[in-house]
Amino acid sequence: MSANDHNDDVREIDDFTGVETTGHEWDGIKELNNPMPRWWLWSFYLTIIFSIGYAIAYPSIPMITTSSQGLLGWSSRGAVATEMSEAKAAQSVYLDKLLTTDVSEISADADLNQFAIAGGKAAFKVNCVQCHGTGAAGSAGYPNLNDDDWIWGGTVDDIYVTLQHGIRHPGNDDTRISDMPAYGADEILNRDEIADVAWHIRKISNQGFDAAGAERGASVYADNCAACHGDNGEGIREVGAPRLSDALWLYGGEHSEIVAQIVKPKQGVMPAWEARLGEATTKQLATYVHSLGGGE
Amino acid sequence: MKNLPEAVAVGFAAFLALLAAAFAKDSLFQAHAFILMLVLLISSVFLIRRVKIASPGEVLMPADTSGYMDEVVRYGVIATTFWGIVGFLIGVLAASQLAWPDLNIEPWFNFGRLRPLHTSAVIFAFGGNALLATSFYVVQRTSRARLWGGNLAWFVFWGYQLFIVMAATGYLLGITQSREYAEPEWYVDLWLTVVWLAYLAVYLGTIIRRKEPHIYVANWFFLSFIVTVAMLHVVNNLAIPVSFLGVKSYSAFSGVQDALTQWWYGHNAVGFFLTAGFLGMMYYFIPKQAERPVYSYRLSIVHFWGLIFLYIWAGPHHLHYTALPDWAQTLGMVFSIMLWMPSWGGMINGLMTLSGAWDKLRTDPILRMMVISVAFYGMATFEGPMMSIKAVNSLSHYTDWTIGHVHSGALGWNGLITFGAIYYLVPKLWNRTQLYSLRLVNWHFWLATLGIVVYAAVMWVAGIQQGLMWREYDDQGYLVYAFVESVAAMHPYYVVRTIGGLLFLAGALVMAYNIYRTIRGDIRKEAPMGAAKPYLAPAE
Repeated sequence: MSANDHNDDVREIDDFTGVETTGHEWDGIKELNNPMPRWWLWSFYLTIIFSIGYAIAYPSIPMITTSSQGLLGWSSRGAVATEMSEAKAAQSVYLDKLLTTDVSEISADADLNQFAIAGGKAAFKVNCVQCHGTGAAGSAGYPNLNDDDWIWGGTVDDIYVTLQHGIRHPGNDDTRISDMPAYGADEILNRDEIADVAWHIRKISNQGFDAAGAERGASVYADNCAACHGDNGEGIREVGAPRLSDALWLYGGEHSEIVAQIVKPKQGVMPAWEARLGEATTKQLATYVHSLGGGE
Repeated sequence: MKNLPEAVAVGFAAFLALLAAAFAKDSLFQAHAFILMLVLLISSVFLIRRVKIASPGEVLMPADTSGYMDEVVRYGVIATTFWGIVGFLIGVLAASQLAWPDLNIEPWFNFGRLRPLHTSAVIFAFGGNALLATSFYVVQRTSRARLWGGNLAWFVFWGYQLFIVMAATGYLLGITQSREYAEPEWYVDLWLTVVWLAYLAVYLGTIIRRKEPHIYVANWFFLSFIVTVAMLHVVNNLAIPVSFLGVKSYSAFSGVQDALTQWWYGHNAVGFFLTAGFLGMMYYFIPKQAERPVYSYRLSIVHFWGLIFLYIWAGPHHLHYTALPDWAQTLGMVFSIMLWMPSWGGMINGLMTLSGAWDKLRTDPILRMMVISVAFYGMATFEGPMMSIKAVNSLSHYTDWTIGHVHSGALGWNGLITFGAIYYLVPKLWNRTQLYSLRLVNWHFWLATLGIVVYAAVMWVAGIQQGLMWREYDDQGYLVYAFVESVAAMHPYYVVRTIGGLLFLAGALVMAYNIYRTIRGDIRKEAPMGAAKPYLAPAE
């Protein structure tokens, strides 16, 4: 162990600084007896004084059911309530106007239109991007809202109704419902007929097709599909039957994908937003979506 | 009969682990018990191979216990280096997963499991082993006493490694009680409690047996760290297990009380594990390496007690603008502000100890590492109180600014002071005249410093941008950005952050190589650091 066995306090003067040591030594380590730096001590006092002042100004001392309220009377809940009511007040003129304006009339009022689009954009980012994407371009199973291929109509009124009541939203009586039969699963058509009609759909949408299959499929189409999707696949919005002739596909345009959709159709769901977001926000959303580029 | 009782005890524990696996109530507990059994079985094989039984007529000499107990410190230094590299590597992996989410490998290596693995590996495995090794080294020398308790110090060391292995494998299996920095479930917590109390006993016993009249300041800090962590660990982990043979437990706390308990623990894990403990390290290794007396004894007393008294109340600043009552938020903030100067007392004492030795920074990269570590400490302990101010916190909270803050503290302060201590210790522990290479230490210094600066700077920018995006309103009073847009905006920062982490990891690998060669006894042929360049003599 250490050869240094002197335990007595021997105060020395440090050569370099001229400061006295405390006289203790551990494994060769000594300590200088410097005072605490003034600036350090005063800064410490200042933080304590500030803290006491802050604790007097704001809630700080717990009591049995509540706490001291602080001289400023500030509370975080109160601050939020104030901010919220100020924000509401700043928007109230336009919000009230939205409620009394028909959704199709909004665009006529430039200021109101700007407000509706800003609010719609914000609401879209919170509520819609999860399915329709940040750019509203959609993805497999979720429609693109930028183009002019509308299943349920692209006027601002149509979009508003879709938003209000949703699509196949359980519990909403006015929700948009289309129910294409499961031609394969329910054995309405056989395997060959379905393959043929899918070739026919490839043909009318100007995609590569099997000529013989498409020819056989034409009559199957006329008997089973034309009633909703139209003689030439132009679609009928009143019943929510998508246009088939534009090569824009919700569930994919490969032959196998079209077959799958005929055998057992996937049927997307959208919530009825007005019950959740209120009339003003839903109108804003309708205005915003209508403004994206495909609005009619 | 050396090692026989130990070998039998570990073998029996392995058998108990097998029973636990056999009667486990859930598959996770079963898997974990099998892992435990495997670890214990391997350990008992090693112990059995080391059993010595005296042949007739032979007397086994008891081991020499007159000097310092340094073998456990040697193991501690190697464990620190090993776990450090593991922890940094997992950190780089987790950072890469944030930059490139495809790297999430389900289920064992997704971000959710790697993140606690990273934090626990660096704080408890790397930092914890560093604290164990240095505290055992320092307490013996500053008390002039051998570690108390004989092989108890070995129990502490190996018991702690077992805790690390059980915690780490638990995370990968998905066993967690979801308390930040305290994720291991009840049975691992209980084991750590046993190990920690043994640690406290060894440490206190050694101090009590000291041959110095006074207790050195480093030991105040180490002791406060051991005592407080014991208290924090026990209270935060109070829980009732669903079954004694199952992983799941329920916390004794709920709601906002639970949140506050967690951050009382979490913040003081920073305060007492990563601050007080490492200040203990600083108070020994800086005066030793600089060969200068500690700057001010009085400052060390006042800032010690200031730190101990104030830190414990600062936890609520992690819960600003939450369901925590306003009064508790106020107190959390003001105690954090008052903590600023007591924290800086350690920085002043560390830096001013160099007066009379500043010239050594030119030639001694180890001392330079320690000084920069104290500088990062000072920066992080200013940033912390600043971020606890509610107005600042409303911008910084939940952003990557916080991540930058903790890494400038963890990589800069805890990392660099540990590296400095390791470079100091290795030649002494293995009786080498010098390190293999000081120039490699210099490389490590620059790789690490650059890595930290890149990491912290990019996280400041990222965090402030995030905070501003979240509160950006347009003229109409509507939010401009969706949350996901702020996530997408982080990608370039996350990539650069990964690079910063890689630099830091590279430095640690250089250190591992350097100490490996030092332990082997090699010395690299190189020009000494800071040697004057030979000038060409002017023609006469």
